[in-house]
Amino acid sequence: MPVNLKVFRYDPDKGEKPYFRSYQVEAEPSDRLLDCLNRIRWEQDPTLSFRMSCGHGVCGSDGMRINGICGLPCQKLVSVLGAGEVLVEPLPVFRVIKDLVVDLDPFFERYRSLKPYLITGTPVPEKERGQSPEEHGAFADAVRCILCACCTASCPVNQDKETDGYVGPAALVRAFRYLFDSRDDGSSARIDLLDRKEGAWGCRTLWKCTEVCPKQIPVTKEIGRIKKRMYGAKQEKT
Amino acid sequence: MEFIQFHPTGLYPLGILISEAARGEGAVLLNGPGERFMERYAPTIKDLAARDVVSRAILLEVRAGRGIAGKEYVHLDLSPVGEENIRDKLWEIASFARIYLGIDPVRQPIPVAPTCHYVMGGIPTDADGRVISDESGSVVAGIFAAGECACVFVHGANRLGCNSLLDLLVFGRRAGRAMRDEAPRVQTPASKADPVKAVGEDLADLHERRGQERIDTLRRRMQSLMMDHGSVFRTDAGLNVAIDGIRGLKEQFSRVAILDKGRTFNYELMEAVELRHQLDLCEVILTSALHRKESRGSHFREDFPARDDGAYLKHTLVFDRPSGPEVRYRDVSITRFQPEKRVY
Ligand code: SF4
Ligand code: SF4
Ligand code: FES
Repeated sequence: MPVNLKVFRYDPDKGEKPYFRSYQVEAEPSDRLLDCLNRIRWEQDPTLSFRMSCGHGVCGSDGMRINGICGLPCQKLVSVLGAGEVLVEPLPVFRVIKDLVVDLDPFFERYRSLKPYLITGTPVPEKERGQSPEEHGAFADAVRCILCACCTASCPVNQDKETDGYVGPAALVRAFRYLFDSRDDGSSARIDLLDRKEGAWGCRTLWKCTEVCPKQIPVTKEIGRIKKRMYGAKQEKT
Repeated sequence: MEFIQFHPTGLYPLGILISEAARGEGAVLLNGPGERFMERYAPTIKDLAARDVVSRAILLEVRAGRGIAGKEYVHLDLSPVGEENIRDKLWEIASFARIYLGIDPVRQPIPVAPTCHYVMGGIPTDADGRVISDESGSVVAGIFAAGECACVFVHGANRLGCNSLLDLLVFGRRAGRAMRDEAPRVQTPASKADPVKAVGEDLADLHERRGQERIDTLRRRMQSLMMDHGSVFRTDAGLNVAIDGIRGLKEQFSRVAILDKGRTFNYELMEAVELRHQLDLCEVILTSALHRKESRGSHFREDFPARDDGAYLKHTLVFDRPSGPEVRYRDVSITRFQPEKRVY
């Protein structure tokens, strides 16, 4: 079946303004939107740029805006796209480098600012640090995060110029992952980083992140649990 | 490099991995007539036999016309696992089946076929990631490799499930430590040529090409040659056809066209570089496979179906020569575990 796509194009080296270009490709209903984009690049227009790698929702590199909603083209089948022209744009919030490729450096900078690693106060044991399945279950959903940036790009707080200093939901999911890990001793350092309006308090519980997350992580709920934990920590102090 | 692992259960037709965890939790493979065919190939451990055994069994069923509806796949039935276990332990597998096939694996079987999964071979290294350059294990000073690109010789002809973590966690760490300790001492001889300049010129030359050949066409041909002759089943005749085919593609590659003349995120140029490497590696894989006239682990020769320890209990090393890849062998050091006959 023919699939019609309207794709955002921008090449700063050519000194041109961003524009949209329409393409038509032949595809099976079981093909992914990503296959269609590859077909454009391989068969019609090799100048189209977009990131991709795994092709099945594991590497997190192909986040983009599809018919206005952030998601992964490797997870969208032609059969569910509907009949009309498919609008393909880069992720909002971030600076466009070329076509569908955006600059994710600020995204990863914020992610790193929340110490996305295990902090321990005890010497390295002979064997691994153990954990029960229940203890692991406390944060298992968050482990699925592939850092695709779809949530942060969709968050109205990040989209708003006034509040775009907010770390964003993806960084908070990772903060949650360590804050609720029974092996982690870094909670006071973590809470210091989270307890501010650019941190977890920046979230206005608008649920956009949860709606778009391609790994079905309950993002907003996890941010809510961070807030509760911070509140609890304050109660203890006073 | 002849040892390429095919995982038996790739989601058909995309090839997305449905991990062993599914069969570990009780899922079973069924053919077109609905038989649990692994009982015939591995009566004791059935669906949990080694990856190469299950991959061959699936393809033999397909060859015999016992694929699903006579097609080139079989079914992986997750119903014995139970809804709760699927949700708790196989979340990702279930989500792949839902997203890509629109099926609920609790109730419907997943179509699967063998899919290329892991390369046991690679850049030869010692146990600390130091790259070696010959049969006697001479170290190339200052060059290290770790991860799937490397070959530490631990996987033999067939990596076991989870053992790629060895490459990452164990040998990655050991390589890191060795680099830390050796970096201050290594005396790299000053190179007369400027290697960065040479690479830059090579890329610029590729970027300039305005031939007739398209990367996409060449890549598709390479893929079919490798699937048809270099994958799960191999024969002398097939390997020779593939080697000739790959050499032809290499020649065609010299007339490739790069239409994107830009310098920012130029994926066409990147894929051209990749394709050139892939063609070289295909030739290495096929030549190694042609020389190993026996079957061992993931390497199965229909014309030599038995293992031949007398002649081939050896590691293959391939050397880049102007006339093509040259195959030589390195001894295997056997310590605790003697090779035995594999019976299931
Ligand atoms: S939380 Fe979900 S949407 Fe956000 S980065 Fe992780 S996987 Fe992507
Ligand atoms: S719930 Fe919070 S983080 Fe998620 S989109 Fe809304 S404001 Fe942003
Ligand atoms: S290509 Fe890897 S997540 Fe889409």
